[in-house]
Amino acid sequence: MAARDQHGVDAPWDQGFRVVGKENRKVDGLAKATGEAIYTDDIQLPGMLHAKMLRSPHAHARVLSVNTSKAEALSGVMAILVGAELPIRYGVIPWTPDEHALAVDKVRFIGDEVAAVAAVDEDTALEALNLIEVEYEVLPAILEPEQALTTPEPAIHEDRKRQDNISKHVELAFGDVDQQAQDADIVVEEDYCFHSTTHTAIEPHCAVAQANSDGRLTLWSSTQITHYVHRALARVLELDPARIRVIQPCLGGGFGGKSDPFSLEFVVAKLALKTGRPVKMLWTREEVFYAHRGRHAMQMHYRTSAKKDGTITGVDAKILIDGGSYSSFGLVTTYYSGQLLTGPYTFPSYRFDSTRVFTNKPPCGPKRGHGSVQPRFAFEVQLDEIAHRLRIDPIEIRRKNFVGEHTHTVNGQRITSNGFLQCLDAVEEATDWKNCYGKMPFGQGLGVAGSMYISGTNYPVYPNKMPQAGVQLKLDRSGLVTVFTGGNDIGQGSNSMVAYLVAEELGLLPQHIRVVAADTDLCPVDLGAYSSRVTFMVGNAAIDGARKLRKQLVSAVAEHWQVDAKDVRFIEGTVVDLSDASRSMSHVEAFHLAEEMFDTLGSTGAYNTPTLGGDYRGGTIGASPAYSFTAHAAEVEVHTETGRIEVKKIWVAHDCGRALNPIIVRGQMEGSTYMGAAEVVLENHFLNRFGLHAGPSLLDYRIPTSMDVPEIEAHIVESIDPEGPFGAKEAGEGPLHSAIPAIANAVFDAVGIRLRHLPFSPAKVLAALHAQKELV
Amino acid sequence: MRVFHLQVNGDTVEVAAPEHWTLLEVLRYKLGLTGSKQGCDKGDCGACTVLLDGTPTLACLCLAASAEGKAITTIEGLLPAHRAQGGKGADPLQDAFDRSGALQCGFCQPGMILSAKALLNQNPNPSLQEIRQALAGNLCRCTGYTQIFEAIQAAAKEMQN
Repeated sequence: MAARDQHGVDAPWDQGFRVVGKENRKVDGLAKATGEAIYTDDIQLPGMLHAKMLRSPHAHARVLSVNTSKAEALSGVMAILVGAELPIRYGVIPWTPDEHALAVDKVRFIGDEVAAVAAVDEDTALEALNLIEVEYEVLPAILEPEQALTTPEPAIHEDRKRQDNISKHVELAFGDVDQQAQDADIVVEEDYCFHSTTHTAIEPHCAVAQANSDGRLTLWSSTQITHYVHRALARVLELDPARIRVIQPCLGGGFGGKSDPFSLEFVVAKLALKTGRPVKMLWTREEVFYAHRGRHAMQMHYRTSAKKDGTITGVDAKILIDGGSYSSFGLVTTYYSGQLLTGPYTFPSYRFDSTRVFTNKPPCGPKRGHGSVQPRFAFEVQLDEIAHRLRIDPIEIRRKNFVGEHTHTVNGQRITSNGFLQCLDAVEEATDWKNCYGKMPFGQGLGVAGSMYISGTNYPVYPNKMPQAGVQLKLDRSGLVTVFTGGNDIGQGSNSMVAYLVAEELGLLPQHIRVVAADTDLCPVDLGAYSSRVTFMVGNAAIDGARKLRKQLVSAVAEHWQVDAKDVRFIEGTVVDLSDASRSMSHVEAFHLAEEMFDTLGSTGAYNTPTLGGDYRGGTIGASPAYSFTAHAAEVEVHTETGRIEVKKIWVAHDCGRALNPIIVRGQMEGSTYMGAAEVVLENHFLNRFGLHAGPSLLDYRIPTSMDVPEIEAHIVESIDPEGPFGAKEAGEGPLHSAIPAIANAVFDAVGIRLRHLPFSPAKVLAALHAQKELV
Repeated sequence: MRVFHLQVNGDTVEVAAPEHWTLLEVLRYKLGLTGSKQGCDKGDCGACTVLLDGTPTLACLCLAASAEGKAITTIEGLLPAHRAQGGKGADPLQDAFDRSGALQCGFCQPGMILSAKALLNQNPNPSLQEIRQALAGNLCRCTGYTQIFEAIQAAAKEMQN
C-alpha cells in the first residue's frame, strides 16, 4: 500500500507527538559506548579458520595458471580456493553481472582477487599466499577515461555484447536546449572535474561464514545490503536461498562502501562449505582502499543559458565517468549523473550525455550522494558564475529559479514537499549574508550553493512488484513490542527510527520497543541502506504495521470499558479513557485484553512507492517519492602565500521533511557536510600511472581529524512531506552535495579565482592566483 | 607462544598468545574484549586506543609484552569502575556520548571515549581547542566531530558538578 493511501494531510498524527521530534536516545547508543555492541570481526566461533586473499599485482592481465600445490602442503592450511570453483558472475545490478569472487580469466586492476587461503590462523594464511604461483600474461592497462573512450582494445570486459570499454551511455534531452542557448542573454560554458574519493568507513570489511551439518549456511557480513547479498550468494554458490541466512551485525560505517556484494562474502562461504569449519576474513585497510566502490571521477562540460534577469533557460551537460574496472552500480550512476540535477531549480530545457567507461582501476560505485555530487558541483559553480556576470546576488538567483513544491521537473520527476526557500533563508540569515557577501577583506569570502536528493527511488535493483520494505511486529505479554525489519542500520540510526515510529503510533515509549534487524532468517525483506531510502520506506512500513495493531489494541480496550474506540488513547504506555478521566490501565493490560480477543498478536507492514517517473527509458531511475533539499554557505580564508584554502565555517540548512529525532538529523547533516568539505581540500583517491594507489592508508588518504574539521552550524528545515513517515524525508546524503560548490564559490568571493577542477590543492590555488595576476 | 601477565580493567590475567601479537590482538582475540576496535592496524585511526597507566595508547602498535606491568583500561572497564565508585548507569562520558548523538556507527567511539577520558582526568574543564587536540589521533568518519565535542563538554560539566 502506498503511503499516500495511509496518510492524508489531515492525518491524526500531525499533532501532539510524544516520541517523534524529541531528542530521544538511540536504541543501541549505550551498547556502542560501552563496547558491548558486536561488529562482524567481534564474532569468534569455535574452530574458526582465518582466510586471506591473494591479489593481482598487475592492472590488467590474463591469468594463465594458478598453482596452489606448495601452499596446500603448508602445515595449517585447510583449504585453498581459486576462481574456477566459483565460476558464476555476480554484480549488484542484475543486468551487469561482471564480477567473479576470484579471477577466472583475467585480473582487471591492481588488487583484483585471484585466490584465497583458509588456515588455522592469519599468519599461516599469509605465508601460504606467498607460496601460490600465478602465471600472468600482462596486458596493456587502460588507466585514463579518455583512453577508454577511444580505445576499444584491449576490452577490459571481453564477453559483453559491446566490444569496447564503454560501461554505459545515457543521453536524454528535454526541451530544445540548443534553441534556448541561441536565444539566451548569457551563456556560460566551462569544463569541470571531480576527482575520485572513497568512503573510508572506520570498520574494514569483514565476513564470517558457518556451514552447518544440515546444509544451512550462515553469513555474518559488514554489509549495507543483506538482501542483495543473500540473493547473490545463492546464485554464485548455487544453493537454495532458503538454506542461506545472512546477518548484518553492528556496522562500523558504510557511506555506500558496503553496498555491493563483495568477494570476501562468497569466499568465506565457499571455504566454510569446503572445510566444514567456520571461516573469517577481515580485510586490511589497504585492501579496503582497493575494494573502493567510491566516488566516480567525472569530467564534465556544462553549458547553461539564462536571461538577463537570471532566469535559467537551459542546461546542457556532457559527462565522462571513470568507472574503474567493474560495473557495480554504474548503470544507475550514469543515469543519476543527469537525472538528479533537475531541482531545486526549474529550467525549460535540459540535456545530458553521460558515458561511463571501464578503466583498469579499483571499481567505483556509490559514495554518499551517489552520482549526483559531481554534477551538482559543476552546475552550482556555473550558476554562481552566471550570477556574478549578471550582477545578481547568488542567493537571489537561486530563489528566482526555484522549482516550487507539488510540481514536476523538466525530466518528469514528481516533487512533493520542498523547503528549499527556507533553507536559503536560513543560511542567508545565519551568515549575515547581506552584510558579509562580497564585503569581506581580500582573502576571505562567503559562498552559497543548493541541492536536492532522493529519499529512495521507485526502481528496485531487480524488477519485482513486491514491497520495497516490509516489517513484522510481535506483541509480547510482557508489554514488549518486537519489530523485525530487513532494514540495515549502518550507524545512521535506522533501528532507532523504527523504534520511535512504532512507539509513536502505538502510544508507547521507545524503551517498549525492541528492533531485530537485517537477519534474512528472521526479518521481512528490505532492500537495504542505499539511495537514502530507509527512513522513508522502512519508516512507512513500520507505521503501517503498527497502525494495524493499534486498531486491535484500541478495540479490545474499548470493548472492555464499553466505550467508543475514539475515547481510548494510548499515551506513553498508559491507556486512558477520554470520556472518564478516572479510568486508565497499563499498556501491558491492554496487550492481554487484545490477546484474549484476537489471539496471538502480530502484524505486518509494508511500503511500496507509488508509480513515479517520466514516461521514457530510464525515467524511473532517480524518481523518488520525495526529495530532500539543502543549502550550504561556506566561509573560507585563502592563504595567498601558501595556496591553502582554510574552510572556517559551514552553515547547512536541510529540508528533511520532519526531523524524527533532531539530534540524529543534525548528526547526518554535520557528518555529510564535513565529508563533502574534505573532498574539496583534503581527500584524493589517486591511482598512479601504473594503477597503484598513491597512499592506501588513513594517514596518506587524508580524512579530516578533529583538528581539521571546520565549524559546522546545522539548521533543520521541516517541510512535512505528505507521504513521508510522519512527514519525514532523507537526511543522510543530501546535506553533502552543496557543501562542495559552496566552498568553491566562497573561494571566488575571497580572491576572485574560479576553481573548476577538484581537489583544490595549494598548487592549483597558487597557479590560479598567478594566472589572475598575469591577466591584470 | 608465550604467557603474558596483564592487568586489564583491574583484573590480573594470564594469557597465552603468539609472542609477536599486539596488545590489541590479545585483548580482542584471546580475552574477548572486543570493545577495542581495529580500523587500520597501523596506528592511523585510533579505534584501538586503550589507556596504559592512564595514558591513551594505540593497542595495535603496542606489543602485548610491552603492556605487562602496566594498568590497562579498555572501554569495557569504564562502566564497572563507575559502578564500583557507587555510580549508576554508565560512565558519565559514555552517557554523554549516547545523549549527544556522538555515536553513529560507534566503531571509533571506544577509542574516542578513552582519549576523552584521559583528557578529562588531566584537565576537568578543557576548552574546545584542547578537546580537538586530545582527539586528534582518533578518526571519526560519521559525525564530523561536532557532536563528539558537545558530548565531552557536557560530560565535563556534569562531572564537575
